[in-house]
Amino acid sequence: MSRLLVCPPDFFGIEYEINPWMRLTNRVDHGRAARQWHELMRVLEKDLGVVLERMTPIVGLPDLVFTANAGIVVGQTAVVSRFRYPERQREEAHFENWFRRHGYEVMTGEAGLHFEGAGDLLGFPEYWFGGYRQRSDIRVFPILSEQFHREIIPLELVDSRFYHLDTCFCPLSGGELLYFPAAFDNYGQAAIAERVPDKLRLTVPEDEALKFACNAVCVGKHVVLPTGCPTTQAWLRIRGYETHPVQLDEFMKSGGSAKCLTLALD
Amino acid sequence: MNYYQESVYLQGHIIDSLVLAKVLDLILMMGGTFDLEDVHIGKTREEPSHARIRIRTASRALLDDILRKIQPHGASIEREADCRTDRAPAEGVLPDDFYATTHLPTQIRLNGRWLDVDRIEMDLAITVNEAGSVAQAVPMGEVRQGDQIVVGREGVRVIPLQRPQERDVFGFMESQVSAERPHGHIIADIATRMRQLRERHRQKQADSHVLLSGGPAIIHAGGREALTWLIEQGFVHILFCGNALAAHDMEADLFGTSLGYGLTAGRAVPHGHEHHLRTINRIRSIGSIEAAVTSGVIKQGIMAACVRQGVPVVISGTIRDDGPLPGVITDSVLAQHAMRALIPDVGLALLVASTLHSVATGNLLPATVPTVCVDVNPSVPTKLADRGSFQAVGLVMDAASFLSELARLLGRSI
Repeated sequence: MSRLLVCPPDFFGIEYEINPWMRLTNRVDHGRAARQWHELMRVLEKDLGVVLERMTPIVGLPDLVFTANAGIVVGQTAVVSRFRYPERQREEAHFENWFRRHGYEVMTGEAGLHFEGAGDLLGFPEYWFGGYRQRSDIRVFPILSEQFHREIIPLELVDSRFYHLDTCFCPLSGGELLYFPAAFDNYGQAAIAERVPDKLRLTVPEDEALKFACNAVCVGKHVVLPTGCPTTQAWLRIRGYETHPVQLDEFMKSGGSAKCLTLALD
Repeated sequence: MNYYQESVYLQGHIIDSLVLAKVLDLILMMGGTFDLEDVHIGKTREEPSHARIRIRTASRALLDDILRKIQPHGASIEREADCRTDRAPAEGVLPDDFYATTHLPTQIRLNGRWLDVDRIEMDLAITVNEAGSVAQAVPMGEVRQGDQIVVGREGVRVIPLQRPQERDVFGFMESQVSAERPHGHIIADIATRMRQLRERHRQKQADSHVLLSGGPAIIHAGGREALTWLIEQGFVHILFCGNALAAHDMEADLFGTSLGYGLTAGRAVPHGHEHHLRTINRIRSIGSIEAAVTSGVIKQGIMAACVRQGVPVVISGTIRDDGPLPGVITDSVLAQHAMRALIPDVGLALLVASTLHSVATGNLLPATVPTVCVDVNPSVPTKLADRGSFQAVGLVMDAASFLSELARLLGRSI
């Protein structure tokens, strides 16, 4: 049974601008955001049978809701993120405390070596991909690779709208991949094509990529993704996945969607 | 040296991700060059790879630009240490662990900055001035007690030769010695260089001197007129030789013989074996070769041309010399010193028909100086290469044929 870490959006809002999606003038409708988040939780718990671990939200940390950036969890080890922007660095201690209180062995990287957790590190059981340049530092991947004995293929993120790897790249449980190639340079695209065969790759159309179709949560043969991505959904269904679209546009105001709102714990 | 370099280290899964390819492409696209050092490719998918990349550029600013561009891809600048120095314990004695030079361009790192080593030459040590601002190659015998000498290998780097832009025989910078190779194009390339160097020398540009180091076979074999012509026409600017070349050149002028053989008749003349002794004695009585020329006693030939053209001549003595002639430096260390003093502006070295002088001169030349070794005996260019002068182009041929052909290509009519 899958367990995901989530954080209720009690204090979610736009209080700063650290990605192209964020506009201080673009106010969040709190009631609507809360409803969207609870619908996502309902789908995850009821439709997918996922166990949810809820963090306590903190006043003044509007992005704590995006638990994908807490760190990564491998077995009983948690690597806590080192955020690039000071605005989010204040979240680090809370994520670290949560991991410690829940019995994880906590690893923290050296200060200044930025790493934004599962937002920039995801992959298949055998090997992972690491997004770098926008938020995480490429130098963190050899360290994690050695720690977890996994190959980590770094991919440069070249479009600031897709500032985390999980905004444009989504590996699925059956070995398939949803991705938006233009978020990567030619080297990254070639590296991806080298690893994932053509027929297993879906190039998400731009309009759906901009709705964060790739910011999807895959649990077994279920995929939870934002609404408004018909091409992605159709392809997923052909591949045998059951799709669960959820309206999450309030969170898109901050540049996040389904995947950003969850962190896989095991 | 007109280039800058820095080593960076790249590690992780840099092969399949094409991160290594990207970094190398970036370096080239920005106008730098690189050498890959210590490349290790992981044997399994889990095992990371790593590479050390030495980046070279023509300017400090470009190097900084490149470093800035590649650092986000994980290229970290190698932590480099300053070189270590130790004091020379006595006159002419180096510290035990002294760094022994090659004849390739060399830099040492002092106070965090890379400094070119001046007057590089093989088999010397490196001395640093007290201010730490000048590094120079120094022969063991010239070290003064208390001099700061570079020890160990840390903080010293040797820069491989860049392939020159000229696409001539020197572009290959490797000594291939073969009697079977055609000589024509090699001599043509040498002539082209000499024509360019004469022009540059007339404009007093750096590194424009042509050095010829020769043995007496030049005279015996009949290359005297050609070499005289080359000197008179301003194609040769420095001459290194021994007692014999000078003696037989002047013997030819005074007696028409070389080691007693009539140069035109081609046979031994009566008492001809005494001619070189009488020549030496004559010059000794005059006091100097220069005086012999200016007084009109010696009228023609290599020595006369050198005196008239103001070409400096270093005549180094050996253990079997007769006389010797005035001006012959009989102390080998002093002779080496005199030769070394003329090396810095040499842009082409021709080592012709002398094992001893060729190897001695080769030892003094930086690898950056295009060098030709001409000898009828293939073992001479081979020996030169074996002694480290790998840049020398070997030509197995008779000295007179070489010089005559060279002079013909440069415009001498026969």
